[in-house]
Amino acid sequence: MTPAHGRFKIILTLILALLLTVLPVPEPLDNFRPDWVLLVLGYWCMALPYRVNIGYAWITGLVLDLLLGAPLGIHSLALSIIVYIIVMNHRLIRNISLWQQALIVGFLTMLNKLIIFWAEKLLFDISITPMYLWSILSTMLIWPWIFLILRKIRRQFAIR
Amino acid sequence: MKPIFATSTSLQLRLFFAVIASFSLIIFDSKFDSFSNVRVYLNTAVSPLIYAADIPSEMLKGVSNTVVTRRDLKKQVTEQRDKLFIQQVQLLEFKHLKEENKRLRALLNSPVHSDQRKLVAEIITVNTDPFSLQVVINKGALDGIYIGQPVLNEQGVVGQIVDVSATYSRVLLISDISHGIPVRVQRNDIRAIANGSGELNSLTLPYVPHSTDIQAGDVLVTSGLGGVFPEGYPVATITDFNYQMGQPYAQVEAKPIVALERIRYVLLIWDDKDNTPDTDKEETL
Repeated sequence: MTPAHGRFKIILTLILALLLTVLPVPEPLDNFRPDWVLLVLGYWCMALPYRVNIGYAWITGLVLDLLLGAPLGIHSLALSIIVYIIVMNHRLIRNISLWQQALIVGFLTMLNKLIIFWAEKLLFDISITPMYLWSILSTMLIWPWIFLILRKIRRQFAIR
Repeated sequence: MKPIFATSTSLQLRLFFAVIASFSLIIFDSKFDSFSNVRVYLNTAVSPLIYAADIPSEMLKGVSNTVVTRRDLKKQVTEQRDKLFIQQVQLLEFKHLKEENKRLRALLNSPVHSDQRKLVAEIITVNTDPFSLQVVINKGALDGIYIGQPVLNEQGVVGQIVDVSATYSRVLLISDISHGIPVRVQRNDIRAIANGSGELNSLTLPYVPHSTDIQAGDVLVTSGLGGVFPEGYPVATITDFNYQMGQPYAQVEAKPIVALERIRYVLLIWDDKDNTPDTDKEETL
């Protein structure tokens, strides 16, 4: 099996996550948009930590910055740190139940959001609203489904 | 399977490089103007994703356009015909005034306003960074859009271009926290700066002495100072002028004239370089 096996599928799921992040939704739902990129990237880093790690995170973060019109490097920074934590603890995360994983994902989403906020705070005089943190909840709730779907994809195409 | 890195120290090294690279990007991108050229290419590379994200709302728009009833359309046509008629009549007067204004300005040795190049762009509805107020429009560097270009609509000033790709660009709205626009009060020509507040419908005017003659309801128009926005376009109306004893300045708040949450089309104007010799002549006099 070539080392590049399945790379296309991994990238495709990441592109889909990026697309869902910029997809316009009605105003009331916007605050509950799950952090799709963190979910998908988090799964691949947990499942294949030797293949998908900080390199993927940095590039994905850069594309996310470009898509959202954020200062370049902000999302790269946050995702690199989050992915580092996941890869360092991938054995632990793999062996706990789905809802415990969801709690960890919730914690990581919050950390991700706070890093982004702090980094932007260095550049602009912005303030945080409670609305900004609502999506942590939706990200936690959707983690089990993302996990099951991506695991099915991984097993179906035997991506190792 | 051959692991990419043997030990976890290599992972820490990767994190170290990623953090250094991110910080240098953040600094380069926000502090150095020369980096914006690189951004044009990067933006162009990711533009297919932006257009893909816009497809669902384009389709919805298409559906809502096709299910309009015949009666509504008829009503719309009648209304627009009437509106056009009234505006044509006003245009006759406007032409006359324009000529007169040109002659008077020539008499006063003031620079003459000439027709500027204009372009209409449509808003692309995509999600953007939650910490900045911006919209994406469907015109880019290929249409001649440049960074710092003023963006208006039929009501007044919308914002300015901050980011360009080949086929789309980003408009920073006037109420963004990092945006400031030089204005003057239409009633008495008092000059001020209107800063964005970070909330869509609010601007603040800093450093206004408490004795300044500004009242709620005053209209602020662009002053033309600063060189980004042309003179005389409506920006905001004053909603609150408040002075508390002991404070060095008054607290002045304004509301943008353009309904920034509902814009669909914007107008881009080009600074006409052909009429600058007039200005130069005036300055050397």
